[in-house]
Amino acid sequence: MQSRSPYFWPLLAFTLSVCAFLIVPVAMSMLAGVTRNYFIGVQSGLTLEWVVKVWTDYRHTVFRSIQIALACLACTLVLGVPAAYVLARKSNAFTRAVEELLVMPVAVPGLATALALIVTYGGWGEFRRSWVFILVGHVLFTLPFMVRSVLAVLASIDLRTLEEGARSLGASFTQRFFGIVLPNARAGILAGALMVVTLSLGEFNMTLLLHTPLTPTLPVGLADAYASLRLEVGSAYTLIFFVIIIPLLIAMQWAAQPIARTSARPTR
Amino acid sequence: MTGVPIHLQQCGKTFPDGTRALHPVDLEIAAGETIVLLGPSGCGKTTMLRIIAGLEAPDTGGRVRFGADEVTAVPIEKRNVGMVFQSYALFPNLTVAGNIEYGLKIRRLPVAERSARLQEMLAMMRIEPLAHRRIDQLSGGQRQRVALARAIAPRPRVLLLDEPLTALDAKLREDLRLEIDRLLRSLNITAVYVTHDQAEAMSLGDRIAVMDHGRIAQIGTPQDIYFRPASAYVAEFVGTMNRVTGSPADGRLVFAAGFVPTANDAHEIMFRPEDLQLVDSDRAQFSGRVISSFFLGDHTRIVIDAGLSDPIIARVQQRVGLRNGDPVHCRVDPGAILNLPA
Repeated sequence: MQSRSPYFWPLLAFTLSVCAFLIVPVAMSMLAGVTRNYFIGVQSGLTLEWVVKVWTDYRHTVFRSIQIALACLACTLVLGVPAAYVLARKSNAFTRAVEELLVMPVAVPGLATALALIVTYGGWGEFRRSWVFILVGHVLFTLPFMVRSVLAVLASIDLRTLEEGARSLGASFTQRFFGIVLPNARAGILAGALMVVTLSLGEFNMTLLLHTPLTPTLPVGLADAYASLRLEVGSAYTLIFFVIIIPLLIAMQWAAQPIARTSARPTR
Repeated sequence: MTGVPIHLQQCGKTFPDGTRALHPVDLEIAAGETIVLLGPSGCGKTTMLRIIAGLEAPDTGGRVRFGADEVTAVPIEKRNVGMVFQSYALFPNLTVAGNIEYGLKIRRLPVAERSARLQEMLAMMRIEPLAHRRIDQLSGGQRQRVALARAIAPRPRVLLLDEPLTALDAKLREDLRLEIDRLLRSLNITAVYVTHDQAEAMSLGDRIAVMDHGRIAQIGTPQDIYFRPASAYVAEFVGTMNRVTGSPADGRLVFAAGFVPTANDAHEIMFRPEDLQLVDSDRAQFSGRVISSFFLGDHTRIVIDAGLSDPIIARVQQRVGLRNGDPVHCRVDPGAILNLPA
C-alpha cells in the first residue's frame, strides 16, 4: 500500500468542507421546495404543494426556456461551427481580430448588451415582443463558447493535412467538411453545445431586460416567484430547474465522451 | 495498375511573399518510373511534389501533364493521384478499413468491388488483423502502411510520397523502405518520392533529382549521382566526400602530409571514403594520424588528421586495430579522384 502524504487527511478535510459549503445550500434549497413551512422547518412536514403550484403557474416559462435554449443551440451550431473552421484554417491578423472580438459579448455586461439591443431594435414592435428577441441576446452571448470550443479541437488536429489527404482521394469540399472535419470536431461541438444549452437556460442578466411580461423565461420566472411569493415557491422552482438541467447535463457529458476505446494501446 | 508519364514544363513557384521556392524547371518522368526528389529542407522538393499533386499551382507559364492529359488547371480532387504524407494524415474518425475505403466510397464503387479492393489492400500491406482498429491504436509503422494502402486503393495514376519514413525510427524505416520498394516494383506505378535521406533515395529511386535552392542540381541514376556527381554540392550531399586542397605539381596535388594523384591542375579534389586504402609507408601517398575510429562490423570508419582543414574519412574493410594517435599511411586510386566545380 502506498504511504500517504502527511497532508492527506487535512487536505481531504479541507476539500470535503469546501464541497459541503457549496452543496449544502443546494440541498437546503431543494429541501425548502418540498417543506410545508420553511420557517418552522422540516418538522412542519413535506409536501409537493409548492412544486405543483410552480408547475401550474410557471410551466410556460420552462417550455419557453427550453425552446430558446434549443433554438440558441441550432443558431450557434450553424454560425459557430463554420466560423471556427474558417478561423482554424486561415490564421491571419483578420481572423485573430475576429476571434478576439467574438469574446466581447462575454466581457461586456449582459445588461449593456441588452440595452444596446433595446435601443436599436426596441422600435420593431413584433420583434421586440417575441421570444426571438431574447434568442438574439442569447446567441450573442453563447456563440463565443461554441466557437472557442470547436476551435480548440480543430487547432489540436492537423486539419490542413487531413483535408489534403481527403482531397487527394477525390473528396469535394462538402464531402470532406461533413465526412472528415465535423466528425473530428465532434468532441468540441458537443462540449460547446453543452455550454450553450446550460448558459442559455440559466441566462438572467440580459433576459431580464429583453423579455416582456408575455415572454418570461425560467430564470426570470424564478426571480419573480422569489420576489413576489413565498420562499418555498422559489425553492420549488429551483427544484424543477434542477430536475430539468441535471439529466440534460449528464446526457450531454455522456455524449461528449470519445467513442469507447478498446483496450489495445499504440505500440511502437 | 499502369502508371502514366509525368511532364513538367517550366514549372516554377513564387509564393505571395516573393519567396522563389522553385525556379522554372522541366522534368520528364517515365511511366512506371520512381523518381526521388532529394535535398535539404527548403530546396524546393516538396513544392515540386505539391505542384505535381495539384496542391499548388505553378507560376504562370508552367504546365503539368499526365501522359497526354493537361492537368495544370485540374484540382487535386480530379487528378487521380495517391498521396502519402509524413504525418500520415489518416482520418482519426475512421477505422483502418474506413480509411482505406474512403477514396473508393468517394468514387462510388459498388460495395462488392469495394470490399474486394479493401481485402486486396489489407493483404498487400500485410495488415489484415488491423482492419477494425482505430487509428490511435496503431504504431507509426502500421499507420504508414495504412496510409500507403489508402493511397493506392483507388488505383491512382501517380503515387506521390512526401517524406513518408521521416517520422519513423531507424529500424522501422528500414523495414518500411523495403516494403515500399516491393510495392513500387510490383505495382509498376509512376511514383515521385520526396526525401532528405540519401540512403532512401539511393535504394528507392530509378532516378534521383538532387535539388538545391529551387533548382535541380543533377538528375540521374543513383550510380550516376554517386560516382559521377556533377558538382561538389551533389557529391557532398550524397554520401561522404573527402576534400583535399593543395598546390598542383606535375600530376599531383601536393599538400603538407603528402600528395594525391590528379589528372589536371586542380587546386582541390575529392574522393570517397571507400576509395582510400591503408598501405605500408613505402607505398603511401600521404600520411596522417588517427583521430578516432569506429568499428561498425562489416567495416571500420577511421577519421584521419592529415593536416587539412577537414579531417579525412576512411572506410576500410581490412581488419585493423587502430588506436587514436596511431600513424596511418594512405593511398587513393587515381581513377577515384573527382575534380568538381564548386
